[in-house]
Amino acid sequence: MPTITNLVYLISAVLFILGLKKLSSPKTARKGNQLAMAAMLVAVVITLLDQKIIDFTYIIVGLVVGSAIGAVMAKKVQLTGMPQLVAFFNGLGGGASTLVASSEFYQMTGNAEVNVIATIGLSVLIGTVTFTGSLIAFAKLQGIMKGAPITFRGQQVLNALLVLGAIALGAMLCMDFSNTNLLLGIFVVAAVLGVTSVIPIGGADMPVVISLLNSYSGLAAAATGFVISNNVLIIGGALVGASGIILTQIMCVAMNRSLGNVLFAAVGSDGGSADGGSGEQRSVTRYTAQDAVVMFDNAQSVVIVPGYGLAVAQAQHVLQETAQILMDRGLKVRYAIHPVAGRMPGHMNVLLAEANVPYDLLLEMDAINDDFQNTDVVLVIGANDVINPAARSKKGSALYGMPILNVDQARTVMIVKRSLSVGFAGEDNELFYDDKTMMLFGDAKKMVTEIVQVLKG
Amino acid sequence: MTDVILISVYIFVLAVFIGFEVITKVPPLLHTPLMSGSNAVSGITVVGALLSTGAGHSQLATVLGVLAVIFATINVVGGFMVTDRMLEMFKDKDSK
Repeated sequence: MPTITNLVYLISAVLFILGLKKLSSPKTARKGNQLAMAAMLVAVVITLLDQKIIDFTYIIVGLVVGSAIGAVMAKKVQLTGMPQLVAFFNGLGGGASTLVASSEFYQMTGNAEVNVIATIGLSVLIGTVTFTGSLIAFAKLQGIMKGAPITFRGQQVLNALLVLGAIALGAMLCMDFSNTNLLLGIFVVAAVLGVTSVIPIGGADMPVVISLLNSYSGLAAAATGFVISNNVLIIGGALVGASGIILTQIMCVAMNRSLGNVLFAAVGSDGGSADGGSGEQRSVTRYTAQDAVVMFDNAQSVVIVPGYGLAVAQAQHVLQETAQILMDRGLKVRYAIHPVAGRMPGHMNVLLAEANVPYDLLLEMDAINDDFQNTDVVLVIGANDVINPAARSKKGSALYGMPILNVDQARTVMIVKRSLSVGFAGEDNELFYDDKTMMLFGDAKKMVTEIVQVLKG
Repeated sequence: MTDVILISVYIFVLAVFIGFEVITKVPPLLHTPLMSGSNAVSGITVVGALLSTGAGHSQLATVLGVLAVIFATINVVGGFMVTDRMLEMFKDKDSK
């Protein structure tokens, strides 16, 4: 490969890193994303100038078709649907790695080297697992498939056998390059493995899975980089691989689960609101929107705790209207965002940003937790497990040890919820029965709209 | 050739460390754009796809290449565009 091309790839790699660096602040993030775009453009352009490319017809077709589909999807998607979109794109990234590695394989008959063949096998394995795994995650998130875990006897044994099988086929391929069936075998085994390793994962655990698949898609790109000895693929892939692993780790900690537990324990039912009713006998007082507004009238500081139920009810906009009225009256209003609020890392922030909530009002858990004790009113909407004090005290509970928002330390807690049902963890929430708690039963959007109407008087 | 692979492994490992350093500094506020943006970066495979497609290999290799170009381009264009769309919405109090 000519020196110039390689130097330009280096520029591209540096731009990727600078772009990610600028994502450290919301002020520079958009510029960062644009730098990454520039990096990609530079890499594509210098590749097109490569002398190895002798026919542009198919390339142009591919680029035009891909750009058109990608652009339409990016414009059309609703932000509640971001997890599905990311899962789908992840899958395509993995699929592309498989295709490139296979294409390389089919044109290098005879004079190949063992390490190249090994990386081709690896690339097809990771790429295909990412592809089918992501499509299953997409189907679950989109509601095409049920979100509940699908398990069968011997599932983990089967997965282990599939991994071993893929490794064995890879070893055989290294010894016998000419046997294309071996590569096909790796492909089939990897495709099945992607499916069987994602179907047992429940709807509530999807944030972990898409983070992990995000990481895989990076590793697949890096593996393809090894196949064609291309450093920009290796660096770009490594960055994404690292990013996905970090996000996976953060999600696991926030959900109080180990990665192994998420992948193999088949916990969690369907996504969305789990309003099942738990045979609850204890009574709570019902409060109304009027009661809520009386509390606001006497408050100076308000913290809003949004959960995914808020987004399901599409109540973000009317919630921000409420917050704006309160702020105009001189109240201090902020939002407390738990790391697992939403269906993917950081999802709730995007949903609120879309509803015009300024990002300086969005505080992460560690930044606001010590402030609850000085807060007059906390308004919880569509969240449950992340405010359950059982996480602190109740040993043996599935929630025990999970980091939660210290909502119970505020003077008054208002909880908008449809019923007293339990959250994903299946743990009753003592806070519902606390004297300082006001339960506002009803649909999130309807209840918040009522509050706004009373506030406007 | 072994040297080439070895150097590649060096680059990979060092890049993973850079990735960890840079990405731990991204606040949770921006984790969704980080994910969709990094997702687009993983579409860098498009570079390999272009080479496979245009190099005048066998028909099979070219067909696989074109499919790879389409897949990777959807990933790249869609990923960057949706990330830009999200980041545009993040505004602070003063710029509202």
